[in-house]
Amino acid sequence: MSVEHSTTSNLVEIRDVYYSVGGRDIFQGLTLDVPRGKITAIMGPSGTGKTTLLRLITGQIRPSRGQVWVDGQDVSRLSRPALYALRQRIGMLFQNGALLTDLSVFENVAFPVREHTKLPEALIRHLVLTKLQAVGLRGAHGLMPHELSGGMARRVALARAMVRDPDLLIYDEPFAGLDPISMGVILRLLRNVNDALGMTSIVVSHDVDEIALVADISYILSAGKVVASGAPKALKEDQSPLVRQFMNGLPDGPVPFHYPAADYYSDLLD
Amino acid sequence: MYNTFKQMLLDAVAGFGAVALFLLRIFGQLPSALLRPRLIASQIHNAGALSLVIIMICGLFVGMVLGLQGYDMLERFGSESALGSAAALALVKELGPVVAALLFAGRAGTALASEIGLMRATDQLVAMEIMAVDPFRYVVAPRFIGGVVALPLLTMIFIAIGIFGVQLIGVQQLGVDQGTFWSQMRGSVEVEDVMQGLIKGCVFGVACSLIAVYEGYTAAPTAEGVGRATTRTVVNSAVITLILDYMITAVML
Ligand SMILES: Nc1ncnc2c1ncn2[C@@H]1O[C@H](COP(=O)(O)OP(=O)(O)OP(=O)(O)O)[C@@H](O)[C@H]1O
Ligand SMILES: [Mg+2]
Repeated sequence: MSVEHSTTSNLVEIRDVYYSVGGRDIFQGLTLDVPRGKITAIMGPSGTGKTTLLRLITGQIRPSRGQVWVDGQDVSRLSRPALYALRQRIGMLFQNGALLTDLSVFENVAFPVREHTKLPEALIRHLVLTKLQAVGLRGAHGLMPHELSGGMARRVALARAMVRDPDLLIYDEPFAGLDPISMGVILRLLRNVNDALGMTSIVVSHDVDEIALVADISYILSAGKVVASGAPKALKEDQSPLVRQFMNGLPDGPVPFHYPAADYYSDLLD
Repeated sequence: MYNTFKQMLLDAVAGFGAVALFLLRIFGQLPSALLRPRLIASQIHNAGALSLVIIMICGLFVGMVLGLQGYDMLERFGSESALGSAAALALVKELGPVVAALLFAGRAGTALASEIGLMRATDQLVAMEIMAVDPFRYVVAPRFIGGVVALPLLTMIFIAIGIFGVQLIGVQQLGVDQGTFWSQMRGSVEVEDVMQGLIKGCVFGVACSLIAVYEGYTAAPTAEGVGRATTRTVVNSAVITLILDYMITAVML
């Protein structure tokens, strides 16, 4: 895999990022690239900071050291207006959906369109219903968020993230809690919108097998760094113990399954 | 002892600073928020309608108690006929604005704080920010304006119903002469008195609404955090209202 990337071929570049919260170091020299027009998977054990990485990319938090480049701009240095201008080109699917609870499904998907454009109502309706159709929930457009199941809410949130055809689509755990049929549909959708609209996608997921079907490149994070990267197929055949452990889901190995803790026995005896 | 006091003072100053900055951010979004009259109208309706019933019930009973106590007190000086003006002045200048603000904080203020706090806890505010929509424009400013407009209106309603309550007891039950009651009231309540009540209503509206949206917005994103935000809304609103009431009265008398 080539290490050199020019600024133009990568939409997102993370350079030597350090970040810590609550006295814990989450990232220690994280460096990774998200190539334009590709689907990039971020994998890693729970609690390694995948969601935190997405928060860095969208400028919700700032690294204590290093840079986060999105489309040639250092996110941590942007003013609020510039950051908001950049975010208009980013769509994000939250781990829990984060639908606005006082708006219906339809209005939730229409929300970013209404806030940023002055399109006629008929066009908004067309846009919203096509996106809802794509996630299989056109019939649910009149429901309120509390009337949806967790998986349905996530699919509505996906429609909302896509509705303005962003340049960068970020998915935090898009497959968690989906049934196999929805999962298949979403996987195909992910591939299709990425290719048809020339988007760049970042997908955070634990589902090693599913992600291998769609991702062009995968990164495995552990202990604040990228520990392996490459095409998903290559990673599956990788013989290093760390990658094998993660790809095969083994509890013991170089990747710690446990959150850092005091010695087990002395904890129990206390 | 000295150190804890010093710390408390520093915390209070820092808190006022944070609230002031928060208010500045609201002002920054006022123009774009005012361009959405529908959003604001629904928030005025929300804040107003929520508290309307308790404002009316409490207004009536405060007025009726004022009728009983006022009559009892004035009778000792043989001046029951002054009941109308005494009760009206008390309601217009003090009881109306203050009691309405306290009720507003307890009903609409807590609802605002917990609603915004829950939006924080369920990532809705962050989701808005990622969609490049400033929550101050879409959530905070409209709710703030709604409260600021609603409280003076509620105060007026409270005063009107309170005076009706005084009249109900004083005139209908205790037999103060109807004509004297109203003419005394009209003769002694000046425009300045009404202005003072209105100004208090507006100032309390700003203070109570600001506290509610601030506490909700800065709530910790947990169930406990939302609970704490609602409690702090009531307590802080009550304290600030009474302090401001003293200051305005001292300046305006
Ligand atoms: N506000 C916070 N205070 C302290 N620690 C935090 C805070 N937020 C996150 N963390 C820590 O940061 C680490 C990374 O969290 P993050 O949510 O990014 O993990 P994740 O990789 O997305 O996990 P998952 O796969 O379970 O979603 C966790 O170990 C968590 O304990
Ligand atoms: Mg996560």
